[in-house]
Amino acid sequence: MSGFSIDAGRLAAHKRRKRVNALALALSLAAMAFGVFWLLWILFETVRLGASGLSWQVFTEMTPAPQAEVGGLANAIYGSLMMVGLATLIATPIGVMAGVYLAEYGRNAWLGRITQFINDILLSAPSIVIGLFIYSVVVARFKAFSGWAGVMALSLIVIPVVIRTTENMLALVPNAMREAAYALGTPKWKVILSITLKSARSGVLTGVLLAVARISGETAPLLFTALSNQFWTSNLREPMASLPVTIFKFAMSPYENWQQLAWAGVFLITLGVLALNIVARVAFRNKH
Amino acid sequence: MTAILPAAGMPTATAMERSVPTGGPAPRRVRAPWADRLFAMAAHAAAWLTLALLAGILVSLFLGALPAIREYGLSFIWRSDWDPVGEKFGGLVMIYGTLVTSAIALIIAVPVSFGIALFLTELSPQWLKRPLGMAVELLAAVPSIVYGMWGLLVFGPILSSWVQQPLQAAFKGVPVLGGLFAGPPVGIGLLSAGIILAIMIIPYIASVMRDVFEVTPPMLKESAYGLGSTTWEVVWNVVLPYTKAGVVGGVMLGLGRALGETMAVTFVIGNMNQLNSVSLFEAANSITSALANEFAEAGEGLHQASLIYLGLILFFITFVVLACSKLLLAQMRKSEGSRS
Repeated sequence: MSGFSIDAGRLAAHKRRKRVNALALALSLAAMAFGVFWLLWILFETVRLGASGLSWQVFTEMTPAPQAEVGGLANAIYGSLMMVGLATLIATPIGVMAGVYLAEYGRNAWLGRITQFINDILLSAPSIVIGLFIYSVVVARFKAFSGWAGVMALSLIVIPVVIRTTENMLALVPNAMREAAYALGTPKWKVILSITLKSARSGVLTGVLLAVARISGETAPLLFTALSNQFWTSNLREPMASLPVTIFKFAMSPYENWQQLAWAGVFLITLGVLALNIVARVAFRNKH
Repeated sequence: MTAILPAAGMPTATAMERSVPTGGPAPRRVRAPWADRLFAMAAHAAAWLTLALLAGILVSLFLGALPAIREYGLSFIWRSDWDPVGEKFGGLVMIYGTLVTSAIALIIAVPVSFGIALFLTELSPQWLKRPLGMAVELLAAVPSIVYGMWGLLVFGPILSSWVQQPLQAAFKGVPVLGGLFAGPPVGIGLLSAGIILAIMIIPYIASVMRDVFEVTPPMLKESAYGLGSTTWEVVWNVVLPYTKAGVVGGVMLGLGRALGETMAVTFVIGNMNQLNSVSLFEAANSITSALANEFAEAGEGLHQASLIYLGLILFFITFVVLACSKLLLAQMRKSEGSRS
């Protein structure tokens, strides 16, 4: 009799554990569905509301006045491309060099460790603070909002991303390759440039692409650096329109035509950013 | 890769061959010590630049905030009046908004991220791991302005009619909860901002958790399975204790993101400087939304200095949070190295 009751107790405990396990796994499945659900919902709404507002005028016309008949985002798209492109050009060499320092020179030096730590913090620092910094250093000094200030703010966001990926990718290069090159008498700069960096090329490129994707959607650092501009300008010393800031201005407005354009802009940005991300990831996977 | 090696080594090798046998003409100079030094200097300079950047941010924010710091000192943090016309400023409303929205975000995001990480490491069939992991990472890549606009124009109205109004009806008159759910159920305010932040930080926390779960030695897990543990027991009693530091580090990383997020919050928080009730439906203001809305228009002087002071406080909070996250993750990596 007693033997039977122990068995019954064990059986009950076993069943309870099974139930807890099933419940936990079901909840985990639900969490995964929850995460994917938001992505699909956001993408769906962006396509539904954005694609309908898309026309050639979006790419050819300037940003309109409230309730105007025609209008597009040409100046904002141009401004965004210009500022993102310049910021990437300026920031990439700096980021790659700092990454080279961390991976090849500063492995055990105090400067290396501190830089790594600071860089990880800059990587996640609030981007609006970067905007404040550039405002007080550049905009307040020259008493003018300008495209250049926007470029600088964006490059400050690119640098930590590039440093991080460059360092990680260089760390993956096997030491035997460096040693082989040194054994042949190759000077260090040449080892780095034509051996380690070259073999980490695709990884570094991925980092740059991801950084471009990140700054294409950044709004906060541009709000009080590049400001915005209703007209076409290619002069970087003037305030410059950008896609994210224009979307912000238009989406918060009560005007129908502005909101429509904002959705078209959101569609373009999302499409561009997701495409860059997918290209970067797929390209990187094929190389390794 | 193998093709690169001889190509790079070739000039040096031929130069050596030429110089060794005869010893006659001076060997051609292929090493350029100045090039080596120049390159090292450029690399050092780039590293210093990163440090200078952080110092520059701190110094410039401090200098910009100086008028407000002189005027209010630390009492700025608990003063709640914000009156640009009367030149009276206090940061309590914004700091409260930032902390409450981030807290809501963490309450939602931590369990969900844990579930996602558990699914990706223990449950998912192999062929689904990559696409699902990528989907989560894409969620992190969507620009915050898209979240903001979607939150304001699509999610807000739905939240209002499907969540806020029923909650309000259900908890009317209940002492504490009734107070939390009072206020206009318009889909804009602290709660919506918190939920959108949660969606934004889930990918960050989930991917860190997944990464640290994956480094748990298979031997440990297999021993527990061998003793008859269920999947849940293995994760809860073996994987989680082993990866504790890493998990907390991931959560801190998400918190750092939530505190500093600007655009998504600015769209949905309602931008009202008030602190009249504890209601989560009330429109409010956060540090970042106040900066985004007011800074470009703020005149120089105390208003601007106060806004920069807010930025300094925000930077300080996120700095501490991110530093903790980084230290915990580093500790995790170290202990992993010593144990395996």
